[in-house]
Amino acid sequence: MFARGLKRKCVGHEEDVEGALAGLKTVSSYSLQRQSLLDMSLVKLQLCHMLVEPNLCRSVLIANTVRQIQEEMTQDGTWCAVAPQAAGRAPLDRLVSTEILCRAAWEQEGAHPAPGLGNGHTQGPVSDLCPVTSAQAPRHPQSSVWEMDGPRENRGSFHKSLDQIFETLETKNPSCMEELFSDVDSPYYDLDTVLTGMMAGARPGPCEGLEGLAAATPGPSSSCKSDLGELDHVVEILVET
Amino acid sequence: AGGGCCCCGLFWYRDSSPKPHLVNRFCILLAADVISTVEFNYSGDLLATGDKGGRVVIFQREQENKSRPHSRGEYNVYSTFQSHEPEFDYLKSLEIEEKINKIRWLPQQNAAHFLLSTNDKTIKLWKISERDKRAEGYNLKDEDGRLRDPFRITALRVPILKPMDLMVEASPRRIFANAHTYHINSISVNSDHETYLSADDLRINLWHLEITDRSFNIVDIKPANMEELTEVITAAEFHPHQCNVFVYSSSKGTIRLCDMRSSALCDRHSKFFEEPEDPSSRSFFSEIISSISDVKFSHSGRYMMTRDYLSVKVWDLNMESRPVETHQVHEYLRSKLCSLYENDCIFDKFECCWNGSDSAIMTGSYNNFFRMFDRDTRRDVTLEASRESSKPRASLKPRKVCTGGKRKKDEISVDSLDFNKKILHTAWHPADNVIAVAATNNLYIFQDKIN
Repeated sequence: MFARGLKRKCVGHEEDVEGALAGLKTVSSYSLQRQSLLDMSLVKLQLCHMLVEPNLCRSVLIANTVRQIQEEMTQDGTWCAVAPQAAGRAPLDRLVSTEILCRAAWEQEGAHPAPGLGNGHTQGPVSDLCPVTSAQAPRHPQSSVWEMDGPRENRGSFHKSLDQIFETLETKNPSCMEELFSDVDSPYYDLDTVLTGMMAGARPGPCEGLEGLAAATPGPSSSCKSDLGELDHVVEILVET
Repeated sequence: AGGGCCCCGLFWYRDSSPKPHLVNRFCILLAADVISTVEFNYSGDLLATGDKGGRVVIFQREQENKSRPHSRGEYNVYSTFQSHEPEFDYLKSLEIEEKINKIRWLPQQNAAHFLLSTNDKTIKLWKISERDKRAEGYNLKDEDGRLRDPFRITALRVPILKPMDLMVEASPRRIFANAHTYHINSISVNSDHETYLSADDLRINLWHLEITDRSFNIVDIKPANMEELTEVITAAEFHPHQCNVFVYSSSKGTIRLCDMRSSALCDRHSKFFEEPEDPSSRSFFSEIISSISDVKFSHSGRYMMTRDYLSVKVWDLNMESRPVETHQVHEYLRSKLCSLYENDCIFDKFECCWNGSDSAIMTGSYNNFFRMFDRDTRRDVTLEASRESSKPRASLKPRKVCTGGKRKKDEISVDSLDFNKKILHTAWHPADNVIAVAATNNLYIFQDKIN
């Protein structure tokens, strides 16, 4: 599933570098696509139908996929301190073609099938590439994509987000989805709000304005109306852009 | 809500060549709504469909009629009724869809027909009965139903029964509600004809057909902490003969067989069916495509069939370690799993069915294709349910998907497949070679005419 152990030809330094660069491309291409799959999955988990309960089977399968990716990234040491909010707001333009991920491990260029062998391979591709010190070599791929951070801590914060997803699914309150990555208690929107479809505008998305709206929790009853006015305003802005 | 019927007049015949020709006997158009379930009754004379709008339409097979020889075997609309209405759960601020998820017939015990239909939350027992006589000559009311003034009645008469045009009435006899927190995906009538099970994502309940105010919970896989949830129930079915045995499938590609005699709560399975994973084909989508969307016992009760995203597997109940047969439905989609994940098609739940003799199985695919596998001859065929491909008095041409390289004439390339045209629901007559195929909002009925 992951390109480990890049092949090296016994032909000369230049070709070594080329081989390494090609391997690097494969590796970072895989990483990018894996990240894209992760982003796509998180977006899918957030988007739930406003009025109808989300399909639990689908949500569980997507969440399991996210966990799988996260586990692999943790093993590789590529899991980073991406704040859940940022992960949730991953812009859709980062969704690149993830076809490479469909290929079985043995099809990956220069790779060997190695599912779940994190413990046997403490050295990831990062260390394999370390010897490439030529000035022509691109910068460490990791640092260009995201920051490094301790895997354990990130696992904790990631799991928390995933847990919140399932709490949401359990309570089946659609307004909870919007509070997914915030610490604010979920509000109880009154029926009018739901029926007039105003909650559609309050769904989380890659837009800054809505995040601010989500944080401003309306009170339990009549203060919804003032927020509806603000929501109108935000929706107008979105429509105009 | 419209409905039309057109007769294409094609026949399915087995001639001297080994390949069976499937032809279109009828194409019945239901323009109203997306069909969500299709089910023959025990005799095959009735075919029920449920749709996204909560309606049930029942078709009846015409009996042999000398004056209309071509109408033999024709299915015509018998009854239409609104089974479920949309509801609103005020506590959770969520809508409950009226879409009919499943219909299951009860075995016929008298002149009336009974079926169970369910949406996400509520199961209903419907009685469908015929009325072809009405009483005339009442004393206390006149012909249009108005009450007569008692003082004006000077003579008594005995009402007499007179024939009338056949009227088919559907009435709800039982409503089994409030027993499922999660969405009901399966119902299955027991061979004792007195009980049935209903399954949602996390629980399975056992009901008695006469009792609506309580049910027994027989399977519960809800974790104490919902954060630990990684697996859901996807389908469940009673054994066709052993009334204490049922199976349920999961989103992780496993099937558990349970015996209700062993304990009241069947959380411990009697048998556990799982095929070991092939490590060389593992990907991020392995689990999703292993999720079982349907499980069906064979009529004999010796085998069961499961449908996952790319294949259909036949299991011998005596062997838990692996299936005895695996049939690829559309293996060419394996390299497209990412796109299918992106557009959510990877979560489509395809059903599967056996023929009456368990010698063949059928399941749907995309582009209005459906697949039939002959277990004896090991042959399979891809056919298309569409009006364009059906010509009168000709056999349906088998279709072929081109997976790579040069596309031959009449082949269709994978990238040209229409993933919006999915055949999720198919049904096979319990005895004859008649199949019903639901293609979105159209119902196709294919028949066999042996020369």
